Amino acid sequence: MSLAIKDDEIDVVIGALRSDLTSFMNEWRPMFSRFHLIIVKDPDLKEELKIPEGFNLDVYKKPDIDQVVGSSTAIIFSGYSCRYFGYLVSRKKYIISMDDDCLPARDNKGFLVDAVAQHITNLATPATPFFFNTLYDPFSEGVDFVRGYPFSLRSGVKCAFSCGLWLNLADHDAPTQALKPGQRNSRYVDAVITVPVRALVPVSGINIAFDREVVGPALLPALRLAGEGKFRWETMEDIWSGMCVKVVCDHLGLGVKTGLPYVWRNDRGDAIASLKKEWEGVKLMEEVVPFFQSVRLPREATTAEDCVFEVANAVKEQLGSRDPMFARAATAMLDWVKLWKSVGSSSSSPRV
Amino acid sequence: MVEPATATQAAAPAVPQLKDELDIVIPTIRNLDFLEMWRPFFKPYHLIIVQDGDPSKTIKVPDGFDYELYNRNDINRILGPKASCISFKDSACRCFGYLVSKKKYIFTIDDDCFVAKDPSGKAINALEQHIKNLLSPSTPFFFNTLYDPFREGADFVRGYPFSLREGVPTAVSHGLWLNIPDYDAPTQLVKPLERNTRFVDAVLTIPKGTLFPMCGMNLAFDRELIGPAMYFGLMGDGQPIGRYDDMWAGWCTKVICDHLGLGVKTGLPYIFHSKASNPFVNLRKEYKGIFWQEEIIPFFQQAVLPKDCTTVQKCYIELAKQVKDKLSKVDPYFDKLAEAMVTWIEAWDELNPTGASVPNGKTA
Repeated sequence: MSLAIKDDEIDVVIGALRSDLTSFMNEWRPMFSRFHLIIVKDPDLKEELKIPEGFNLDVYKKPDIDQVVGSSTAIIFSGYSCRYFGYLVSRKKYIISMDDDCLPARDNKGFLVDAVAQHITNLATPATPFFFNTLYDPFSEGVDFVRGYPFSLRSGVKCAFSCGLWLNLADHDAPTQALKPGQRNSRYVDAVITVPVRALVPVSGINIAFDREVVGPALLPALRLAGEGKFRWETMEDIWSGMCVKVVCDHLGLGVKTGLPYVWRNDRGDAIASLKKEWEGVKLMEEVVPFFQSVRLPREATTAEDCVFEVANAVKEQLGSRDPMFARAATAMLDWVKLWKSVGSSSSSPRV
Repeated sequence: MVEPATATQAAAPAVPQLKDELDIVIPTIRNLDFLEMWRPFFKPYHLIIVQDGDPSKTIKVPDGFDYELYNRNDINRILGPKASCISFKDSACRCFGYLVSKKKYIFTIDDDCFVAKDPSGKAINALEQHIKNLLSPSTPFFFNTLYDPFREGADFVRGYPFSLREGVPTAVSHGLWLNIPDYDAPTQLVKPLERNTRFVDAVLTIPKGTLFPMCGMNLAFDRELIGPAMYFGLMGDGQPIGRYDDMWAGWCTKVICDHLGLGVKTGLPYIFHSKASNPFVNLRKEYKGIFWQEEIIPFFQQAVLPKDCTTVQKCYIELAKQVKDKLSKVDPYFDKLAEAMVTWIEAWDELNPTGASVPNGKTA
């Protein structure tokens, strides 16, 4: 039932918001060393990157970004958005991406979780978005479809996106974390679940994997908050991108999985400070969610690029006048589609 | 290797929640020995035993339990001609227990379900977890990636709109099973040795618009919010199908919950399912259902209830109409079933006169 995904079909893309990646890379070494890595340095980062030896990788910095993308675009590849540049220039079929403040987690038995392998398994086995299986992912070992699950739906659909979770510092927003400053996630839920079709989900960008060939264009650096900063509490770009991915996947009949793998997310920053600085993002979701719930894509949109184009226009029409942030997001999305067509789809990596 | 907890391991809770507001409904045809194992957890509660099969047989209820017991003679006597909607020789008869209950909440469990252990070895009080599930809101409009945000140690994730964080009332709590999983006959035949050993420590709301296979083995619901939708259909003796009772109730219930803005949770608690039913017997029962469900599922997925259906009963009668219109062509059985659905509502309203015309299944 599962696809045979080869190591050389995968890129691990890391957006470096911190200069010293030594402990990050060394902790992930057992899981990363088989693969080619793309490290994209946040253009705002002044210090030189420190990367340990022994990896097969390409590093892209501000000059590279400027050269490939030029100044013709509204897209700003700084902060957490720098990794999208990595998605753009990758030539592999699958991408696994995680924030540089995440380390391997341990499962309930105390074993180190190979997050990369789990993401690959998620992408290699079908998703089941049309009917909920109460024993969760039926393609996991030791599990199956339950009584009452229609047989015609048991082959599932291709899984295009895998969203993992976080132990320790979970991905809560700033108000929530500020209210419960000591709360840490210690619950390891041993399940992978397909998010049902038409169900929207806040897809965190902290620990993800996707089929670049099929949904690459839908992962986009578009919604940039006015006070966007270098902590996840100060961003919504991944949540916006994730909603696009889900809408596109639902339209194209592809699956989105959530759950395993877990990563261990280090304590970093201060939720209250972030909240003081940037709280608009939290309010924005009140408009963003109803918009994505209502967006309808035409039948003629048969590729991710087509879909993103349609969503961007819908954003412009329906949300553009509500807040300039949305108008900019729409422009960025259209730019992204253009960029993807010119840079993202060519057969060879831009040599920098 | 999973094992059930032993009777001595189960420790009674300090305060049995909702003890005067919840009935435990148990269908049985053999015996109730399994209650011994559940004693510390169930003893404070009132039991409704629905005895299937031969009414002349006496089913012994273990000492010390507060219960009422109904056999087929009682069902016929209480419902008269309407008794035709209650199945015979099938655990679907359990819904008679929902009908006669006077409580707000129902917990139903099969007589081959024992107390399970969590990964730390502690006996799981399934009833307590169901109550927690029912007493906290559901979140059907937006999926929370950290599962039930109302559980201790969890919360809503970044990006979850604040206007949706209050949630909606929970109408159904669907529990799971360790050891013998709830597979259909073909799967049982292919994998006779597969056992569910994975303890997934999550409760989650099934999103609005998504259907699921509801198993009646370990189920709790708010009778006041959704009771009339929990009709377990025509199964068993004289019927062309079996083992689709809970499935049918689940699809009707989910469509109605989605329409009325109520939530359905699934996940914890686990029970230990001890008996694997005979797969060949099951295949005979399910055979037609396996083909029919291919038409039934699209029917429920596309079912739309009009705005003026503001009570569960109105929704259910409307569904019965649609079943008759759209599924009769699949098999005349659905004609009978649609009529039985109406009979059920008539019986429900007769036995539960208050709250019949209250909008959104709320209490009067």
